[in-house]
Amino acid sequence: MTRLKVYIARHLQVFFSTLGELVRAPFSNMMTIAVIGIALALPTGLHVLLQNVQQVSAQWDGAAQISLFLHQQTTDKQVEQLAGLIRKRQDVSTVTSITREAALEEFRQNSGFGEALDALEDNPFPPVIVVYPTSEADNIESVQAMLKMLGERPEVEHAQLDMQWLKRLYTIMDIGRRGIWVLATLLSISVLLVVGNTIRLAIESRREEIEIIKLIGGTNAFIRRPFLYTGFWYGLTGGVISWLLITTSLWLLGGPVNRLATLYDSHYALAGLDLAASLGLLGASILLGLGGSWLAVTRHLHAIEPQ
Amino acid sequence: MIEFHNVSKRYPGCQDALSNVNFHIDSGQMAFLTGHSGAGKSTLLKLIALLIRPTTGQVIVNNENLGRVSKRRIPYVRRNIGIIFQDHKLLFDRTVFDNVALPLVIQGMPHRDIGKRVRAALDKVGLLEKEKSLPITLSGGQQQRVGIARAVVNKPPIILADEPTGNLDPDLSREIMSLFEQFQQVGVSVLIASHDLELIRRMGHGVLTLSGGRLIAGGDGVTP
Repeated sequence: MTRLKVYIARHLQVFFSTLGELVRAPFSNMMTIAVIGIALALPTGLHVLLQNVQQVSAQWDGAAQISLFLHQQTTDKQVEQLAGLIRKRQDVSTVTSITREAALEEFRQNSGFGEALDALEDNPFPPVIVVYPTSEADNIESVQAMLKMLGERPEVEHAQLDMQWLKRLYTIMDIGRRGIWVLATLLSISVLLVVGNTIRLAIESRREEIEIIKLIGGTNAFIRRPFLYTGFWYGLTGGVISWLLITTSLWLLGGPVNRLATLYDSHYALAGLDLAASLGLLGASILLGLGGSWLAVTRHLHAIEPQ
Repeated sequence: MIEFHNVSKRYPGCQDALSNVNFHIDSGQMAFLTGHSGAGKSTLLKLIALLIRPTTGQVIVNNENLGRVSKRRIPYVRRNIGIIFQDHKLLFDRTVFDNVALPLVIQGMPHRDIGKRVRAALDKVGLLEKEKSLPITLSGGQQQRVGIARAVVNKPPIILADEPTGNLDPDLSREIMSLFEQFQQVGVSVLIASHDLELIRRMGHGVLTLSGGRLIAGGDGVTP
């Protein structure tokens, strides 16, 4: 019990004494901490932006649409009946029906082939029902399921999913997400190296002290402890800095984004870092700080032996 | 307390730094280690402190064969040996108190006990009033006494001293030596490397004389 108490007391002592050293030399430490903060803010900030883009795209109802081309002989009444039936579905937000005549008229006006149409005896256009899924159902799997189901109806000759651009957007976002991971990995490695190098210099500058401690019976764990806690503090403060950087940047972007949203008649507001993401950022930066100092300590401490 | 059995040490590419050394120092015994520089004094002390390992032979300290001590356990063996250095090896960015407290902190002694022990050790070397000073403000003799206080603060059964009076005038040297005698009298084994033959002779303790890595006087089976 007392051993445990002593152990905890010793850790607390190192915990606060390393913090004290950090506070006593704020400028030299600030350099390291700022590098960590900026390096972590970059991928985290991009992640937040990507999440916002995702949120925006999710708000666009009708990103996907299903066009149901019905049989030529379907009457207008049947078309309306079917449209009404589809409208009752939970995962559908809007259904529009285009009668054969309307389709002909639209083509005549927009295509410039109006005179060619006059040469035809029959209206070549089938009646069409366009189905827009709700935002909840607006993902590739559920839209595809809906397409299959609607396509199996007897009135439907051909069902077509028009989500080419949505697929492109998703693909672009996938690339973005992958890119952020690559960036995050590279910058994490750089944080590891920066912390490692700083700790290495700290070890070098305290070489004599380490030798003396080894001479009078200090274990490697004892010598390692203050360096690891210093790494911990670098990580924690670097994480806080990067959190502040992201929050400030989002705050700066918030005004213009609101104005843009107003122009689109939307009430969209930039989403910041939520609690889970903030804790994740701090946790990751603490781990990187500890990891960097661990690398430096295991690599360099054994090299220092009293002569 | 300290036993050497047929100990030899050869550094790579050199001749033997120590060859076939045999001696023992009992607990409560004080001995001097003497010889010219290069005779192997430092090598012998380093073997006891496990800074190096012998090429052949056995070193036994506190009834423990140092040859069987793993790397991990070296710190714990060193805690039973108080080492005093010619250059003091104090931490100059810490107070006298913190310097002396270091071995206790390393051992994880509770904070309230540390103060008592440190002050007792400082009192013993007559520097109680200097506990808040930085070592740089002390004289050479005072710094050496801080080093001694640090070496004895955790009451080790063995004290090693490497030229402890090397830079001190005769009066201070005598003072330091009498301190060592006080520790010896309470049962500590003391081994002091020194080339101050005059002082050694006056003190009248056992003398181990090294020459070219061989023990030529004072060892087991050596006739002086």
